[in-house]
Amino acid sequence: MNKIKETALTEVHRKLGAKLAPFAGYNMPIQYEGINAEHETVRNSVGVFDVSHMGEFTIKGEHALSLIQSVTSNDASKLTDGKVQYSCLINKDGGIIDDLLVYRISITHYLLVVNASNIEKDFCWLKLQNSIGAELYNHSSSLSLLAVQGPLALSVLQQLTDINLSEIPYYTFAIGTIAGIPDIIISNTGYTGSGGFELYVPNGFVRQLWETIFAAGKANGIKPIGLGARDTLRLEMGYCLYGNDIDDTTSPLEAGLGWITKLNKVFMASNILLKQKTEGVTRKLIGFEMLEKSIPRNDYAIYNKHRERIGRVTSGTQSPTLKRAIGMGYVDIQFAREGTPVFIEIRNKMVPARICRFPFI
Amino acid sequence: MNFPENLLYTKDHEWILFEENYALIGITDFAQHELGDIVFLDIPSLGQVIEKETVFGTIEAVKTVSDLYMPIAGKVIEINELLINQPELINQKPYESWIIKAQLNIPNDRSHLITSVEYSKMVQ
Repeated sequence: MNKIKETALTEVHRKLGAKLAPFAGYNMPIQYEGINAEHETVRNSVGVFDVSHMGEFTIKGEHALSLIQSVTSNDASKLTDGKVQYSCLINKDGGIIDDLLVYRISITHYLLVVNASNIEKDFCWLKLQNSIGAELYNHSSSLSLLAVQGPLALSVLQQLTDINLSEIPYYTFAIGTIAGIPDIIISNTGYTGSGGFELYVPNGFVRQLWETIFAAGKANGIKPIGLGARDTLRLEMGYCLYGNDIDDTTSPLEAGLGWITKLNKVFMASNILLKQKTEGVTRKLIGFEMLEKSIPRNDYAIYNKHRERIGRVTSGTQSPTLKRAIGMGYVDIQFAREGTPVFIEIRNKMVPARICRFPFI
Repeated sequence: MNFPENLLYTKDHEWILFEENYALIGITDFAQHELGDIVFLDIPSLGQVIEKETVFGTIEAVKTVSDLYMPIAGKVIEINELLINQPELINQKPYESWIIKAQLNIPNDRSHLITSVEYSKMVQ
């Protein structure tokens, strides 16, 4: 077994009293003061996540775009310099190898940001598909990533930079100086639904960046946020978590990611996905809310009103915002309509739930 | 972390307080801390006789679910109603927030229960 890895900030988290646990091979902060309190901080003010475990690749050269186009589901040719795109790496069967962000730095230089648990799988896949001579680099172990999220993120970060952050629209980025540290990728992205920025910085500078952000945000009550609240935040928005809601066996069309599956271009298994789109998918990722106090968890079974099994739960939690239990899961397509009554089997009990629309809040 | 000396403990992180005709059962400060924000209690065993070290209910935190084990054989005679709507009280005051009241089998075997000192050694 490989030794568990740490981020450049693990010692800082330890000092802050974080509960640390292994996640994707890294010892990561799961929570500091508590998931509910951290969740509310991000929804109402501003919090900072250390998500340095995420993977970063660059693809360069005149064939960079061709390689990206051939392996991803979204249309990267639509990107312009400074734009970001959410996309999927697709396998030979039309399943999802990973979901990722594609940043266009220039027409011949792209940054791909992937899930920590998939770094090796993705990089091997890219190398395997790269018969056209694009340049591939894996920077995952040298780059740190802070996600500064919440409605006050912009005003806190604005104190630390001359770049006008309000001129960086959603899903675009700038490269510049924050807190005296040059060449930070400042990206108006995040996976919380509360707005904010993600900052990519070399490991050697991340501690300085972390401390400067916390000093600047002190008056706003800025707090460190763990992966526990990251999960409840994304789940309230209906955002997919790789390994739970999407994986190598689920297609982007089943997962509700048709909006990032552009079938007017040819890419890995696009013929399979085109056929799926034409004929219709047989199951779909849906959201549901529990009608009684019981919490759905990954892999619980979903039943229809006749007590026939129609699917399975992929994610579930008590929503800190709604104070109700919510979940996501795959069901047979005829039960995917909003409002459909279903049952979740929880400890041998059939607990009523209702299919609902994303986002939950 | 606090482990009151007037209580006895289980290796599964429950505490038990013996009163004259019944016992109160809850979870320890360590357990609530490990679980994180507690959001739901499911105690289907009300009115049933439960053997020692078997499950009498489950406790759900935001991220995890955990079984609750009976420290000692007995009948579950009451559930702490306060906790139904405010399960977070277990996080705030783990030793005031008893979860169930149990009527004990007589005689009962307490030999597997551990003291505050033994429990605190186990979790530290």
